[in-house]
Amino acid sequence: MSTLKIGEGFEELIDWLGTRGAPVFDAIRAVLTACISGLESALLLPPSYAIIAVLMVLAWRLCGLGTAVFTALGMLLIQDMGLWKATMETLALVLSSALVALVLGIPLGIWAAYSRVVERVLRPALDLMQTMPAFVYLIPAVLFFRLGKVPGVVATVIFAMPPAVRLTNLGIRQVPAEVVEAAIAFGATPRQTLLNVQLPIAVPTLLAGVNQTIMLSLSMVVISAMIGAGGLGEQVLKGITQLRIGLGFESGIAVVILAIVLDRLTHALGKPRTRSS
Amino acid sequence: MEKIEVRGLRKIYGGNPERAIALLEKGQSKQQILEETGCTVAIQEASFEVKAGEIFVIMGLSGSGKSTVLRCLNRLIEPSAGSVHVDGVDVTRADRAGLLDVRRRKMAMVFQNFGLLPHRSVIRNVEYGLEMQGLERRESRPKAMQALELVGLKGYEEKLPRELSGGMQQRVGLARAIATDAEILLMDEAFSALDPLIRRQMQDELLELQSRMNKTIVFITHDLDEALKLGGRIVIMKDGCIAQLGTPEEILTSPADDYVRAFVEHVDRTKVLTARAIMRRPESVVHPKDGPALAVKRMRESGTSTLFVTNQARKLMGVVRIEDALKLLAENKHSLDGALVTDLPTTSPDTPLARLVAVAATTQIPIAVVGEDQSFLGIVSRATLLASIAGEQR
Repeated sequence: MSTLKIGEGFEELIDWLGTRGAPVFDAIRAVLTACISGLESALLLPPSYAIIAVLMVLAWRLCGLGTAVFTALGMLLIQDMGLWKATMETLALVLSSALVALVLGIPLGIWAAYSRVVERVLRPALDLMQTMPAFVYLIPAVLFFRLGKVPGVVATVIFAMPPAVRLTNLGIRQVPAEVVEAAIAFGATPRQTLLNVQLPIAVPTLLAGVNQTIMLSLSMVVISAMIGAGGLGEQVLKGITQLRIGLGFESGIAVVILAIVLDRLTHALGKPRTRSS
Repeated sequence: MEKIEVRGLRKIYGGNPERAIALLEKGQSKQQILEETGCTVAIQEASFEVKAGEIFVIMGLSGSGKSTVLRCLNRLIEPSAGSVHVDGVDVTRADRAGLLDVRRRKMAMVFQNFGLLPHRSVIRNVEYGLEMQGLERRESRPKAMQALELVGLKGYEEKLPRELSGGMQQRVGLARAIATDAEILLMDEAFSALDPLIRRQMQDELLELQSRMNKTIVFITHDLDEALKLGGRIVIMKDGCIAQLGTPEEILTSPADDYVRAFVEHVDRTKVLTARAIMRRPESVVHPKDGPALAVKRMRESGTSTLFVTNQARKLMGVVRIEDALKLLAENKHSLDGALVTDLPTTSPDTPLARLVAVAATTQIPIAVVGEDQSFLGIVSRATLLASIAGEQR
């Protein structure tokens, strides 16, 4: 037992939040549920070949022929292994988590770029979020949001948000001071400077943050499955708990394929393709 | 009226500028103020006027406060004290909207490392200032094209800045500033990042453009040669103070203090100084009707062997040598007409010394400096020429 009773204090805080924050958590739960199930239906309703075709075209346009072929073969393999539904569930979960992480993380990153105080406060918080064993997030997530996909997304968001904040902050701070000065010298307002100059120049770094956020979200797949988030993570867990080595391996391969496809696609977003006119 | 009028400008960085200013007024040094208040004095005091249509150069080493002064003009840096009047209106008192208007319409800036928007094409960069003025694309495009043509970059509209060389990028920066139609150009070490050859070329082009545009240009540089070449007037800054303000010739021929003197020591004076700056009034001249007797007398008095001859309107007619004058005297002539040498070296007052050297090498007599209307302005002897090149004080 720690003499400072850190654990007990944390328990009390969670208890207090659980009773006082219930309406807020319910609202968050409703929004996230809508988001996840919406994405899931969008991915599962069309025939799998349509989704594969869309991914292939995306990969072809963004990355080139090689990636397109890999995407098509990989996704066909997933379908062949009978993991299509689980994969699409996982994709919906990952995309929802990444979306929430970016919606929260990018504005925070901008704020941190403008204020040294905010940056200084955020830095240890982000370190904590990223280094704390991800399992720890599962407990309060379950207490606040019960079992299912929503607490899975919440835990994933906490774990995956730091790079979005960090790289947005970095991207904006990396914009050469003289370019910002030039914008101001020609009469840009702070808002115009941010929207027309700083953010567009920060885009490549920002997209690196998007890429990292998505990758980290994917790495939470198995952990969030422990609280009932479903998808490929659930299949992996089944493989472990029921000693079905084959299923575990196949699910693992599906995660890897998904990871590679998502990585290549988001990575390519960061590279300049065509110049803006 | 002066285009820009800067009065008592000060800039202090740190927590307690009021106290630092009070100490400055008591005559304390930067170092003392730093120790006492923790404040850094960037500009101790600067006052000057910039005339409409001139190239006004602010020169100094890094840390002299020259860039800070420039940025106080459009308040990229907020001055701690003093005023900046542009066309009679105090910019330092302008509100947010007023300040934006000054930046959008009155002043345009060119930066050392160009400050171009890397994600925008050349033409979209040139349009940036116009966009800030609230112009629609169809209005701004022709203006931007015109500016781009003026700097010789027609055909590069759709390139990205990184696809251009440094010199070309700075032309884009210049075009962006010109396109806004602002009457004042603020140029912050605009050519310092370019290699020497391109740099000289850009200086020439700026002078050529300026002769057509007639903008008011405030040009910052750490390079004295550049300052002397471009500047109609030059301010030399040292430690946040103005060490000297004057024309290039004034600065070269009568440096205000040892700092400026040390600065100008290594300048190639022959390219900057002109005949006007070193010419002396001729001690004596004669008119043709004065006759050989007077001419010989004057030459004896001044100890020279030649004498310049002018008419009543002080127009130069020629020169007479002592031996010819003596011969005329012996022949009992009363006019110098017969002995007048008209084939003599002359030069315009704006000729740089470098070119005078060549003239001086071919002749024994001093070089006559004459105006466009042949009026006799002064003489440059070989001795004067050599002394000026050596940097001797007169």
